[in-house]
Amino acid sequence: MSNTAEIIEPRGGKREVLESVVVRFAGDSGDGMQLTGSQFTHSTALTGNDLATFPDFPAEIRAPAGTTFGVSAFQINFGGREILTAGDQPDVLVAMNPAALKVNLDGLRDGGLVIVDAGTFKDRDLRKAGYDSNPLEDGSLDGYEVIEIDVSRLVLEAVKEFGLGNKDGLRCKNMWLLGLIYWLYGRDRQPSIDWLEDKFKSKPETAAANIAALNAGHAYGETVELPGEILGYQVPQAKIEPGRYRNVAGAEALAWGLVAGAQLAELPMFFGSYPITPASSLLHTLSRLKQFGITTFQAEDEIAAVCSAIGASYAGQLGITSSSGPGIALKTEAIGLAIMVELPLVVVNSQRAGPSTGMPTKTEQSDLYQAVYGRNADSPLVVVAAHGPGDCFDAAIEACRLAVKFMTPVMLLTDGYIANAAEPWQIPDFSTYEKFPVKFHEKAEGFSPYLRDKETLARAWAVPGTPELMHRIGGIEKDYDSGHISYDAMNHQRMTDVRHDKIARVADFIPEQALEQGEADDDLVIIGWGSTFGAISRAVSNMREQGYKVAHAHLRHIWPLPRNLGDLLRGFDKVICPELNTGQLSTVLRAEYVLDVEPLTKVQGQPFKIREIEAAIRRALDGEGA
Amino acid sequence: MNEQTAIKLTPKDFATDQEVRWCPGCGDYAILKGVQKALADIGTPREKTVFVSGIGCAARFPYYIETYGFHTIHGRAPAFATGIKLSNPELDVWIVSGDGDALSIGGNHVMHMLRRNVDVNFLLFNNEIYGLTKGQASPTSRLGTRSPSTPAGSIDAPLSACVMALGVGARFVARGIDRGQKELPGILQQAHAHKGTSFVEILQNCIVYNDEVFGDITDKAIAGDAQIHVRHGEPLLFGKDNDKGLRLDPKTLKLSVAELGKDGVTEDDILVHDQTNHMLAQMLAAMDRPDFPVAIGVLYDNPADKTYDAAVSEQLQVAKSSAKINSIEELLNSGSTWTV
Repeated sequence: MSNTAEIIEPRGGKREVLESVVVRFAGDSGDGMQLTGSQFTHSTALTGNDLATFPDFPAEIRAPAGTTFGVSAFQINFGGREILTAGDQPDVLVAMNPAALKVNLDGLRDGGLVIVDAGTFKDRDLRKAGYDSNPLEDGSLDGYEVIEIDVSRLVLEAVKEFGLGNKDGLRCKNMWLLGLIYWLYGRDRQPSIDWLEDKFKSKPETAAANIAALNAGHAYGETVELPGEILGYQVPQAKIEPGRYRNVAGAEALAWGLVAGAQLAELPMFFGSYPITPASSLLHTLSRLKQFGITTFQAEDEIAAVCSAIGASYAGQLGITSSSGPGIALKTEAIGLAIMVELPLVVVNSQRAGPSTGMPTKTEQSDLYQAVYGRNADSPLVVVAAHGPGDCFDAAIEACRLAVKFMTPVMLLTDGYIANAAEPWQIPDFSTYEKFPVKFHEKAEGFSPYLRDKETLARAWAVPGTPELMHRIGGIEKDYDSGHISYDAMNHQRMTDVRHDKIARVADFIPEQALEQGEADDDLVIIGWGSTFGAISRAVSNMREQGYKVAHAHLRHIWPLPRNLGDLLRGFDKVICPELNTGQLSTVLRAEYVLDVEPLTKVQGQPFKIREIEAAIRRALDGEGA
Repeated sequence: MNEQTAIKLTPKDFATDQEVRWCPGCGDYAILKGVQKALADIGTPREKTVFVSGIGCAARFPYYIETYGFHTIHGRAPAFATGIKLSNPELDVWIVSGDGDALSIGGNHVMHMLRRNVDVNFLLFNNEIYGLTKGQASPTSRLGTRSPSTPAGSIDAPLSACVMALGVGARFVARGIDRGQKELPGILQQAHAHKGTSFVEILQNCIVYNDEVFGDITDKAIAGDAQIHVRHGEPLLFGKDNDKGLRLDPKTLKLSVAELGKDGVTEDDILVHDQTNHMLAQMLAAMDRPDFPVAIGVLYDNPADKTYDAAVSEQLQVAKSSAKINSIEELLNSGSTWTV
């Protein structure tokens, strides 16, 4: 496929060239904003821009139409330079109704462009959104560039010939606006046309109506003179490393990483799960990949989901379960059992704002304590974190590798932001990945269930069906040598120690911590984990350009921590740890290294903005000769 | 084939080297004996059998059976067993559970295991009391049971395990008694032969916290009148002299006890047990003292066309034979891609 878009010069004028743009689509939950956003993302990637996206939707499936709590949004940042976040501030807001305008206007850049469907700004719509007067008339939009179009009327005209009723006709509004935005940025419509034809294969009239709406929106841009003499924009292609690319959302890459991990371990996979936002998409993706030897089991609850996965590991598959914080809480007792019987298990936690139900569709990183410490008794396990959509693939493989190598549960942390966000991803060459094939224990001589590998301390994995190795395991403490039940005091000390040592030894089998940017003798290091990667990375590179001596380290391995991390951090005058929680990694680092780590925290259900991290860097370094 | 499958197994082959730690006189000893005999008769190689349990006195069972065993957490054994069976359908999977484990903390899992119809055997040791936690009332304790947690007598109505099992879709339901040594191995064999979840309630005496709670069923002097041993295709007769039987009143759809020879009742008037009849099974399961005898034996055995694990395997096979994407490389490159 070609990576060059056809740039049509509009009306004899020149398109203005922009380095990067942030567009936010906002509308009712039923307006198809996520779909519109993903189509625009796709065409943007094909144009050769780098990009990052942020779907931001409510927990209510279909809140009453026109209300502020039913507003769903999709933000995309794209440009001719490397794009690391979905953007601090939208430059363009597409608002499908008054509620969408009300909820999203505050975030818009001063002087930014607002495109509204004026057809939805009637008295009733305004009242529903909580407006006392019409913002299109009362001056609240002064200071912005506003394009008012009666999209509702225009779209009905465009689809009239297909015989759709008013309701179905208006459903094509999102495609009309997408067409207009395509014109605005000089995008090729064909991939979306192809997609619509495929999606509505069985309903050709619906496909045709949507395509007509898309074309009508595009034609409108070409022919109507827009205010501010807007002639469309051109965003140049980014310098992107040569290779084959695709768009990937975090949940998808994570699912593929688990499939790949099971293949590298040469084991069938068992995935036990229970629906919960934002983790369910993993279950959906894996359920369609059964040809890879994946059994997916939608259990009756979170507990059964993890227990069935542990049962599968006991029987010789790679047991995996996934959930979000509240579901992980329910799985906790079973995870303790997996630690006690030392079976491999991957537990994916797609974190969301909490506690309790919290804000299910909003992102947060507040389950780090739960992952590292959140079980009864001394019960260490391995914790690994993904830092972006594409990175989920490698993080998932790493979780599988450590689970089978050390016969241990591994908690794999992702979050709502990573799970839903999409980015262009250079497709890796899978043949270069190192295999870690599992060998079950089959030798009867000298066997006991807790026979350990001298190097890793992992116990022998002997699966039911193996002759002469019948044995019993369970949650009761076992004798170190025989594996029989033991209440012996010193034996419990020894077994507790060995469970601790086994996890500590993982640090010998993971890479040392490296710096993403900066030098080991810089003044300040920003240490992050998970989805804050993009914002930290961009903030650090911006500040380095301004002469600040700031470095960036980002943790893949949360527990155990990389061996050199303490020394690395001590080399800096200051350590700042930005987190979407109240300072959890900061506490862990302080406890481990007795080191002054300054937390930078945010719990608003939204990712960090680049400028928030830049401000923290400035506060830390200004006046210190930076 | 290994040596173990070639030789005929005896009950002793299923004993482990572990000292059995139930209270002396516990009904579990008799059940252990019955299970070991059944396993020897069934003849599945020991390494192909797995015992899974939750928490409680009964849950210690796997330690005393020379097969693979997994002693898990309270109430969750059905979920572990489901994962095991789906991962390796060739294994014979047995679950051992108590009334607290199965019907209280684990009630949800028992329900879903039964409705899914996973091909495992579920043994419920029902002693109508929490033993391991020192004697609290359980979900099967009779009204008024005095226990440390119910000093004035329990006030929540007990549930009938077999009625519950039939209600949530069990395709095999049987009831046995710990001391019924002649009968129990046969019931277990039939449970094993059934494809799908086999639910077997075993009335088990807790000598410490609920001694003789089943005395009104099992005392030798009254057992003949207090128990009815049901057999497929045979009339539902009971009594010390086999002179009583069950009749169905077609107007009220209720069972009644009739005496042969009295009021002109003959054997022809007595219901014949049909283990594939769900309605009859429900009525038999619900019968209780003192008005009726307690039904012992296989109440219901009506296998479904396909077990859950078989359906799961089938979907896997279909996916493998029909998938268009068969390698990680193809997966990563599927859909829309572009080259820079």
